[in-house]
Amino acid sequence: MAFKLEARGASSRRWVYGAPVLAVLLTLVFGGILFALLGFEPLAALYTFFISPLNSAYGVAELLVKAAPLALCAVGLALGFRGNVWNIGAEGQLTMGAVTGGGVALALGDSGAGWWVLPLVMMAGMAGGMLWGMIPAWLKTRFHASEILVSLMLTYVADLFLSMMVHGPWRDPDGYGFPQSPMFGDAATLPILWAGTRLHLGVLLALLAVAVGWFVIARTFIGFQIKVMGLTPVAGGYAGFSHKRIIWMSFLLSGALAGLAGVCEVAGPIGQLQPVISPGYGFTAIIVAFLGRLHPVGILLASLLMALSYLGGEAVQISMRLPLAVTGVFQGMLLFFLLACDVLIRYRLRWLSSVREAG
Amino acid sequence: MAMGPFRNVSRRRFTALGSALLAGALAWGSLAPVASAADPLKVGFVYVGPVGDFGWSHQHDEGRKALEAAFGDKVKTAYVEDVPEGADAERVINQFAQQGFDLVFTTSFGFMNPTLKVAKRYPNIKFEHATGYKRADNVATYAARFYEGRAIIGTMAGMMTKSNVLGYIASVPIPEVVQGINAFTLAARKVNPKVQVKVVWVNSWYDPGKEREAAEALIAQGADVLSQHTDSPAPVQAAEEKGIYAFGQASDMAKFGPHAQLTSIVDNWGDYYIARVKAAMDGSWKAIDTWDGLKQGMVHMAPYGAAVPDAVKAKADEVKAGIIAGTLHPFTGPIKNQAGELVVKDGETIPDGQLLTMNWFVEGVQGQLPK
Repeated sequence: MAFKLEARGASSRRWVYGAPVLAVLLTLVFGGILFALLGFEPLAALYTFFISPLNSAYGVAELLVKAAPLALCAVGLALGFRGNVWNIGAEGQLTMGAVTGGGVALALGDSGAGWWVLPLVMMAGMAGGMLWGMIPAWLKTRFHASEILVSLMLTYVADLFLSMMVHGPWRDPDGYGFPQSPMFGDAATLPILWAGTRLHLGVLLALLAVAVGWFVIARTFIGFQIKVMGLTPVAGGYAGFSHKRIIWMSFLLSGALAGLAGVCEVAGPIGQLQPVISPGYGFTAIIVAFLGRLHPVGILLASLLMALSYLGGEAVQISMRLPLAVTGVFQGMLLFFLLACDVLIRYRLRWLSSVREAG
Repeated sequence: MAMGPFRNVSRRRFTALGSALLAGALAWGSLAPVASAADPLKVGFVYVGPVGDFGWSHQHDEGRKALEAAFGDKVKTAYVEDVPEGADAERVINQFAQQGFDLVFTTSFGFMNPTLKVAKRYPNIKFEHATGYKRADNVATYAARFYEGRAIIGTMAGMMTKSNVLGYIASVPIPEVVQGINAFTLAARKVNPKVQVKVVWVNSWYDPGKEREAAEALIAQGADVLSQHTDSPAPVQAAEEKGIYAFGQASDMAKFGPHAQLTSIVDNWGDYYIARVKAAMDGSWKAIDTWDGLKQGMVHMAPYGAAVPDAVKAKADEVKAGIIAGTLHPFTGPIKNQAGELVVKDGETIPDGQLLTMNWFVEGVQGQLPK
């Protein structure tokens, strides 16, 4: 069964879309084998992992709630990644968005205030994320500091800043000294869109961000500039595109979207500020962005798939008593197969026997 | 602040630990004419860390296993580990409720509000939240008086240190941790007034890398006995390598530092879980608050290490016996604060309500509370 890889002349459009599907199928097959080896009925286990989390309205809503921050962060990151601008610090921008938006929510949320509080909270969150994204952008454009390192390290600064605020000035005075803010007032909490679930307005904002992200990439001049600079910076330079401008735009947009993700978490399902806001959404979003081919629609699907892998991991822990590590193995397999299948975009498989016949 | 009925501490008496209680529970199980004989009580656990942390979550899981051992097929348990204290917690707790679990233990402070939200949605399901302060008709709370164990290890550290510098690896500045630092320091200075306690905050409950760095920093500053309020065995391992002493946390960590570990404060949740499941089965379950310690066996001490001299063992045993008998309270005055001002007069004791909001250090603690 020998075969060789033969370079295609151009990348195959069919496999650009086919590779992720094949990767998911391979993950299912090998996941089934894994379950069988662990002593479980493979189909029942796969059902528990992938279908059972979604067989109630609450479950479907939870999937969307979990996917929303991933999609928000990943759409922003994809813009930059397309232009070779590497914002690794969406996690920190998310945290700062939660801090600034949460600060406004704490200041205005319970004063019986009107409808304008919530938009203000959201805008403050976006501004916070944007501000945090401006630091690596400025250091990069002014001093050529690596945006990868600066944005990554600022994540820890943001975490510590949040920690300082909830241990200090924003600590709930009735909270027995525990590091948490009071719960936000109703005026600063995102409305629930689907009664009986946690589906909040932030999910709609995430969908909107996906649409806007697609529009920017496909239909605007800045999207075109980002793409050109990513593919061939020299050509971009000749066309008069400013590299600095691309860096600024990328960081401002991805920072704002990450900040929005952060403020939606605290004004949505969490409802208060606490020392930890995100279980690593900003980092997982990097995977989601690539899983989705840096395309907003792909990112939407990838974020749903990633969210499902968390829900499924919990479901098999609860109903089959499988360890948490199974979730990690599934995510690992998925990424592994995706990278492996990408080979098929640029190469085709040739069975050696058929080559011989042809020759 | 209105303290009101806060910490209406129940004092169930477990007549004996382990076998007696276990046997009793089994006997009850076989005699009680319950419909649940065919229908096991489903008990869920939500852990903040991995069950393999050898600390907090590991000990809760030991409690879960004790529950299975005691009730056999009359209970069905399941857990979800490593649940982040954020938006995810509510979903996990809700999944347990949705899957028809009867009793759900949520074992970290950060699960408090999510637990209450789910409990409101499922009034017929019983919830228990560890270390929190908010209750509802179907939400009980429970915690352990770990500071009692801290008084024992403080006594031992004070007697065994040569440098008179003790190192304390602290997690996050909540009242429980502050209580521990203060109880440790007060006990150490009672037997050795020259002792200073250096505190390093790692801002995490479980971070082996940071815990190890903190341990090394404290050793470099002259500490020759380490205590930790974090969950990994990394500090005990560091102490073992440097040839100094340490106290384990949450579980018996002797295997990570056979020479270094003097003893360990062990969390024992099994008896509590058994009692609560029993109550849920016979209908006597109530949304109470429990804050038990050495006396009830929720806190107990690992065997002494080989390095502990007999005189130190005797003194430690004396402190332990005093706490159990109620003749010794770790927070009885005179107690001075860091500024040297007398805050608790001779013979007075800090009441539970103030312990639970403790946010100041006693004299002898070096370091500041992060503000």
